[in-house]
Amino acid sequence: MTATLPLVAEIGPGELAGCAAELLALGHRVALVAAHVEDDGFRLVYLFTAARPARRAELHVRLTEPAVPSLAALSFPAGRFEREIRDLYGITPEDHPLPSRLVRHHHWPRGWYPMLPDAGPPPSFGDPEGPYPFGDVEGDGVYEIPVGPVHAGCIEPGHFRFSVVGETILKLKARLWFVHKGLEQLFEGRRPEDGLALAERVSGDTSVGHALAYCLAVEEATGTAVDPDSQRARAVLLELERLYNHVTDLGALCNDVAHSVLQAHCGTVRERLLRVNAEVTGHRLLRGAIRLGGAEPLALPDNARLAALGTEVAEIVGLALGHGVVSDRFTGTAVLTERAAADLGTLGYVARASGLDVDARRDHPFIDLGPFPVAIRSGGDVLARFQVRADEIAASIGLIERLAHTSGDWSLPDGRRGSGVGIVEGWRGTIVHRVELGEDGRLAKVKIADPSFFNWPALPVALGGAIVPDFPLVNKSFNLSYAGNDL
Amino acid sequence: MVLQVLVVAAGAPLLAGLMRQVRARLEGRAGAGVRQPWRDLRKLARKERIAPHGTGYLFRAAPPLLAGTTLVVAAAVPLVTAASPLDGVADLFAVAALLALGSVALALGGLDTGTAFGGMGASREMTVLALVEPTILLAVFALSIRVGTTDLGAIVTETASSPLSVISPVSLLAAVALAVVTIAESGRIPVDNPSTHLELTMIHEAMILEYAGPDLALIEWASAMRLTVMLGLFTGLFAPAGIATAGAGPIMLLVAVVAFALKVALLGGVLAAGEVFMAKLRLFRVPELLAGSFLMALLAVAASFFLA
Repeated sequence: MTATLPLVAEIGPGELAGCAAELLALGHRVALVAAHVEDDGFRLVYLFTAARPARRAELHVRLTEPAVPSLAALSFPAGRFEREIRDLYGITPEDHPLPSRLVRHHHWPRGWYPMLPDAGPPPSFGDPEGPYPFGDVEGDGVYEIPVGPVHAGCIEPGHFRFSVVGETILKLKARLWFVHKGLEQLFEGRRPEDGLALAERVSGDTSVGHALAYCLAVEEATGTAVDPDSQRARAVLLELERLYNHVTDLGALCNDVAHSVLQAHCGTVRERLLRVNAEVTGHRLLRGAIRLGGAEPLALPDNARLAALGTEVAEIVGLALGHGVVSDRFTGTAVLTERAAADLGTLGYVARASGLDVDARRDHPFIDLGPFPVAIRSGGDVLARFQVRADEIAASIGLIERLAHTSGDWSLPDGRRGSGVGIVEGWRGTIVHRVELGEDGRLAKVKIADPSFFNWPALPVALGGAIVPDFPLVNKSFNLSYAGNDL
Repeated sequence: MVLQVLVVAAGAPLLAGLMRQVRARLEGRAGAGVRQPWRDLRKLARKERIAPHGTGYLFRAAPPLLAGTTLVVAAAVPLVTAASPLDGVADLFAVAALLALGSVALALGGLDTGTAFGGMGASREMTVLALVEPTILLAVFALSIRVGTTDLGAIVTETASSPLSVISPVSLLAAVALAVVTIAESGRIPVDNPSTHLELTMIHEAMILEYAGPDLALIEWASAMRLTVMLGLFTGLFAPAGIATAGAGPIMLLVAVVAFALKVALLGGVLAAGEVFMAKLRLFRVPELLAGSFLMALLAVAASFFLA
C-alpha cells in the first residue's frame, strides 16, 4: 500500500475560513495547527485529515501581523489550537468566541511568549492578573470545591474546580497546563535521529505511539523507505502498548469502585505484560525499539502467552460486569453523548465509547492490518469506556497474532519533501506529528497533537449532572494525559 | 471493667491490623503485619501538634472528645463482663448518644477547618449518622423488649443464660440491621473506603484530612476502638458465650477476655474477607441501604410485640 500525500495550498488569511469550511464539509477534521516563526512574520499550518478514503490537506497561511481570522466557529478543536498559539506565540485569533487564556497561567508575565525564538529565559513570575477567579455559579446552596493541582495519589498535576449543589456537579472547570516544558522547541535544531528520544518521552505511557508518529513524519519528510518487516514489528509494539495500558485502566476502574481483588488481578496481568515488553524490546515501557527507518525488536511476543493473558482479562471483565454494585457504578455514569463527542472532536476510546466510528489504524494505516473489529459502544458512559477497552484488548491480541503471519508491502514516494506527517492510533487515540526539516537536514519545527488535547474538554461536558464522589471514577475512565496535553 | 477498657484500648489497633492483613493476603499481597497500626500510632504520637490557621477550640477538642466518649462506651457496653458499675446510668440510649456525640464532635472539627473537604466529609458523615443512630437504637431496643430493660448488661446476661433465645425472627432481623449499621458506622466498604486516597470520594477520611500528629493518632485509635466496641456489642448481643457475669473470679475473667478477643477477631476477619469481594456503593445508594437496615430494625421491634 502507498502513503497518501497531502494536498497543500498556500492561501491568504482572508481565504482561510472559506477553505476550512469547504474541507470540513468534505468530512475533514482539524488534526493540528502549527505556528512557524519566519523572518518576516508567521506561517500557520492547518492540517486537515479525513478518513475512508484517507485524505490529508494542509493550508499554509502567511501572516505579517500577529493576527489571524478564527476558525473556532467552524471547529471546536481549531479554536483550542488557536488559543494555545495565542498564549505561546502571541498570534491573536480574531473574533474568537471564547478568547480566554488556555496555556498561560495568571502568573506568567504579560506580553511574554515563550515559544518565540527571542523570548529568552523566563522572566520572574509575578501576579500581573490577580488570583485566578472561580467561575461564578449562583443559586441556593451552591458551594465550591477546589481540588489539586497537588493530589493525594501519584498522578499528574491538574486543578479542578467544582461548583456543586448538594453532591451534584453543576460545573467543572479543569485547570491544566502546569507542566509546560517547551518540548516542541527542544526539537528545533536537532538532527532527526536525536529527536527520537524526546518523542519517546512526550507522555511516559505512550512511548511507542509518539515515537512511531515522529518516525513516520520524519520518514515522509526525508523520503526514507521502511522495510515491511520493520513496519510489522512497529504495529506489534503499538498493540503491546495498548494492551498494558488498557489492562492498567481496567484495574484502576475496578479500584475506583473499591473492588480491590479485581485490581490486584489486573495488576498481575499488567506485570506479566510488562515482562513480555521487556523480552520484546529490552525495556518494560517499550522504549528504544523503534528507530528512524525501521524497528529493532529483540524478539516477537509469544502468542500463546498473550492469548492466555487475554483469556484472563476476559474473565476479570466478566467478573466486574457481573458484580451488581460494580456494574451499577459504571452504568449511566457521566454520559458523553455522540453529538457532544463529535462536536468536541474527541478521539480514541472516548469517541468510540460514544458511538463514533474512528480508528486511525483503519482510517490512516501505515501498514495494512486487514479487516479488524473497531470496538464501538454507544452508551457514552463509564461502562462503555470500560467495555471498549476490554474489546480492544481482545482485538489487539488477535492483531498481534495475525501480524506474525502476514507480510505487508509498503512503499513511499521517493525523494526528500522537507515536511511530513505521522498519524498513529496510540492507545489513547489518534496521535499526529508534523515535522519540517531545514535546509541543513535538521529539525526546523515539530508539532505534536496528543489525543488528550482533543479529549480534555469532553470531561466537564460528560460530568454535567454527575455527583462529586463519582468524579475520580469518571476521570479514570477518560484517563487523559497531562504531559501529552501540555507540551 | 477496667480490664475491659484496657483490652479494648490495646486490642483495637490490633483488630484494625488484623483486618488489613486479611485483606492483603486475600488480594495476594504480603501485608504490613498485624502490629502495623500500633507502629503508625507510635510514629504519629511522637510528632509535634500542628493545627491549620484559623481553626479554633472545636478542632482541638474533637479528637480527645471522640477518644473519651469511645472509652466511656467501651466501659459501659458488656464486652468482657456483663457487670458494669455504670449499669445504672449507661443503658442503650446513653451508649448510642455517646457514639453520636463523638461523631458530631469530629464533624464539627471537620467543619472548623473551613476547607471544602472538611465540610463535604462532615455533611456526608451526618447524612450517614442520621440513619445509623436510630437503627442502632431500634435494633437493640427490639432485643430489650424480651428482657424488659434497656440495660445492655441485663440483655446480655439474659441471652447468656438462655442462648437458644437468639434464634428468633426478632434477633435475626435485629442482627442484620445491626451488622449493616456497624459497617456504616465504622466507615467500611460498601459505605466508605478506609484505604482510598481519592479525596472526593471520602466520608470519614475527608473530615480528618487536616489532622496530623498526636491528634490524628487519637482519631485513628478511637476509630479502631469504635469498630471493636461495635463488633463486641454485636457478639455480646447475639453470641454471649464465655462472657463474665457479676461476681466472676479471675479465671472466669481471663476466659472471658480470650473469648471476646477470639469472637471479635473472627468477626473482623469475616468482615474484612467480605469487603474484598464487595465494591463501594454510589453515595446516593447508601441511604437506601441504611433505610433498608432501619426498616429491618423497625420490623424487629414490631415482631417482638407480636411474637412475645
